[in-house]
Amino acid sequence: MHELAICQSILRQAADVAAAHPASVVTRVTLRIGPLAGVEPHLLRAAFPLAAAGTCCAGALLAIKTPPVRVECQLCGTVSRVRPNRLLCFACGTWRVALLEGDEMRIESVDLFEREIANV
Amino acid sequence: MCDVCGCATATGHVHVAGAILHTEHGRNVEVMQALLRGNDQQAAHNRAHFNAAGVLVVNLMSSPGAGKTSLLEATIRALRGRLKIAVIEGDLETDNDARRIRGAGAQAVQITTGSACHLDAAMVHAALHTLALRDVDILFIENVGNLVCPASFDLGQHRNVVLLSVTEGDDKPQKYPVMFRAADLLAITKTDLTAAVGDFQVLRALRHFRHLANPGPMLEVSARTGAGMAAWLGWLAAEREAGRPAAARRQVD
Repeated sequence: MHELAICQSILRQAADVAAAHPASVVTRVTLRIGPLAGVEPHLLRAAFPLAAAGTCCAGALLAIKTPPVRVECQLCGTVSRVRPNRLLCFACGTWRVALLEGDEMRIESVDLFEREIANV
Repeated sequence: MCDVCGCATATGHVHVAGAILHTEHGRNVEVMQALLRGNDQQAAHNRAHFNAAGVLVVNLMSSPGAGKTSLLEATIRALRGRLKIAVIEGDLETDNDARRIRGAGAQAVQITTGSACHLDAAMVHAALHTLALRDVDILFIENVGNLVCPASFDLGQHRNVVLLSVTEGDDKPQKYPVMFRAADLLAITKTDLTAAVGDFQVLRALRHFRHLANPGPMLEVSARTGAGMAAWLGWLAAEREAGRPAAARRQVD
């Protein structure tokens, strides 16, 4: 349900990038969204073209990178790749672990296209 | 083959606004910003307001019907004469909850979100300017009843409290890991109904909560009988005492 609000936030930030590079259109927006971000990539993909219609991002691709969930044990130091609802150390079983990655929710980059070249 | 223009390769070019753009002419601009940057900035602004006024702000989140408003009514009555409480109420429709809060003796502002499934920092900002913040010790934000969306939006709060009533399943933390990972305190509510429900096991709920690597405390409370209220009020007092640590938010990169 909140994916539309997130799309609008993405569009505002992509528009800022495009505005800083005149005569350009946005061709791709690359996101990094971890399984623990609370954002569903497939819902975002469905919502993005609708939200982007009529903006500088109309027709742009939305690329979403999904990192695994990885934790580091605070007791034995083991790094484990885990499920989002089971953040336990594989070696010693403790829940006293620190999240290394998996809750990212950010825009990594925006691909722009110079319009002069586009019209060649 | 490209489905749009029929050229031999589907990669290396994109179609934008009727033009074919060959991506070797494009440029990649690194951004590295939070997805909800605007909301995060607004939340930081809210937090600055709260800190300047010396108010502890607690965001209450749960499923609909887990007993957020009842817990607040009992809290306001218990703290009457000791601490000044205000509440921002988020609901899709009606101001029923704000009227209940005022009936219990606290300031309340109702935000009706229409169909929006969560509160965001801008809504809270609009509401906080209708409150006399200088006259408040603890501000509760009662979020929209929902175990998904509210977890993603920082409001400027200092602490998140997630309620889990015994009439729900004790596996809720396993089903909604993002929400329960965000909890600074897990409150098991409606404990007076535990025997009637039969199969809710508090220790199982705690185990699922710990499996999210969340070290936060869990307490059991019944707003109806008052059981566990002392521990809840003690936690609030301790958090107030501990000051208002900046940005409770883990996520900001």
